[in-house]
Amino acid sequence: MGRRVLLIEDEPNIIEAISFILSRDGWTVHTHSDGETAAARVRKDMPEVLILDVMLPGRSGFDILRELREDKVTNALPIMMLTARGQTKDRELAEKLGVTAFMTKPFSNKDVLSKVRALADA
Amino acid sequence: MPASRLTGSRIREQRLINGVRQADLARAAGISASYLNLIEHNRRRIGGKLLANLARELGVETSGLAEGAETVLLDQLSTAAATARQAEVELARTDEFAGRFRGWAGLVVEQHDRITELEARIAALSDRMTHDPLLARSLHDVISSVTSIRSTSSILVNGEDLDSDWQRRFHSNLYDDSVRLAESSQSLVDYLEQSQDAGGAAITPLEDLEAYLEEVGFAFPILEQGGVVADVMAEPGVPQSEAVRVMLVTYLARYKQDARALPLSELRTDESPGVTAARLNLPFALVLRRRAAAGGTVGMVRCDGSGALTLHKQIAGFAMPRLGAACALWPIFEALSRPMVPVRKTVDVPGTTRQQFVCHAIAEPKFTGDFDAPQVLEAVMLIEPAQEDANATPIGTSCRICPREPCPARRETSILR
Repeated sequence: MGRRVLLIEDEPNIIEAISFILSRDGWTVHTHSDGETAAARVRKDMPEVLILDVMLPGRSGFDILRELREDKVTNALPIMMLTARGQTKDRELAEKLGVTAFMTKPFSNKDVLSKVRALADA
Repeated sequence: MPASRLTGSRIREQRLINGVRQADLARAAGISASYLNLIEHNRRRIGGKLLANLARELGVETSGLAEGAETVLLDQLSTAAATARQAEVELARTDEFAGRFRGWAGLVVEQHDRITELEARIAALSDRMTHDPLLARSLHDVISSVTSIRSTSSILVNGEDLDSDWQRRFHSNLYDDSVRLAESSQSLVDYLEQSQDAGGAAITPLEDLEAYLEEVGFAFPILEQGGVVADVMAEPGVPQSEAVRVMLVTYLARYKQDARALPLSELRTDESPGVTAARLNLPFALVLRRRAAAGGTVGMVRCDGSGALTLHKQIAGFAMPRLGAACALWPIFEALSRPMVPVRKTVDVPGTTRQQFVCHAIAEPKFTGDFDAPQVLEAVMLIEPAQEDANATPIGTSCRICPREPCPARRETSILR
């Protein structure tokens, strides 16, 4: 089994595209679409890198990020957040809550790949 | 009482028109030429008998020299000066500036008003981006579709070694996303067009709703006569924006319930709302809402448990902030702190002409479904003109433009300080 990444995102076609490019790079990609149960899924999987969307059904990405950072088991987990371009306030809030990296939508596959690699190797 | 501080400029202007020398006019009015010079340059205030003498010598009415139009200009200049962030403004010489450079002074005021208007507009637009769920949803749909299309097409274009199954899958995804993008873009354009059609001044759904309610006088005869909400919604002139229509339907549904419980024929506007509520055994808030629907010189505000104003029915003389928080001393906030306890207060509102209003307010919980549901409060305040009351409570509009000092509830410095 390769290196593990967990993608928390609710758009099926985005999930498919990201999963494809990461899988081709040798990653084992797990996906989860529900905000409410996302934090529990992170603790269960304990991936090397977490990709977390902001707008999720049930619970926002910010709430999930806050919970993960307050938990000593997950507080050092590399988390890359997917935010919409131009949403400066979103970025500021995520930084305050302890995000490791950002990726703004729409993103390029190349950037996603290089950032995930960098987070895992850091 | 001293006359306008710019009376000096008027005296000088009239003297020059009459072709009279300063020394001659001063002698005729019984003062020295140097003193008249100071008056004419607005460095000495003037009023009473001396002003009357000068007016007589100049052949004009005293009121013609002492009218207060410039007082407004001076107040506006002071307001503009108060907002200066870095520039050191010579406040003590405002009279002189306005007197000598009336055109420039007018330009300063005009530009200050324009800046204030634009700042309010930016704040409202920013607020709309943050709080309008329909707009946020539309933008999110567009961005998600574009993200997916970019990522998927990149996989296809970059010649990844795809088998035919994957290729079919990604082509299908691409098609689905392009359809979705077309729909979400159209819905976004429709939304923005509707907002524009609703009128230039109103830029939030709440403002659109209030503009419509104002237009119909906050009254719906169809519902008073037993009609249904759909009948009103089908009327010409009803806002077309989806966000406003959702709010309007909620407003009308409650209006209908209120009208059924308390027909206007049973409402007596000459008695206290508390007496009406007791006489008919009705909720106090319902009586306040019906008083607002009955017409006449009546204002009303509504707020939620956070204190955010959720409805404004304007009444002349009682300014209500469009954006930001209202004065914490408004009786509606006292009511909010004591749910179910009616609050009645006469308030004194600052302004060019001081005005007093009697306010009736109450906060009531909204039933949200079950015993364990979160408590949601709503407060309403009726505002009516009052007789002069020496014990009226001084209030303001919002701290930024309130001159009252000291104030125990002040949140920030006033620009009118």
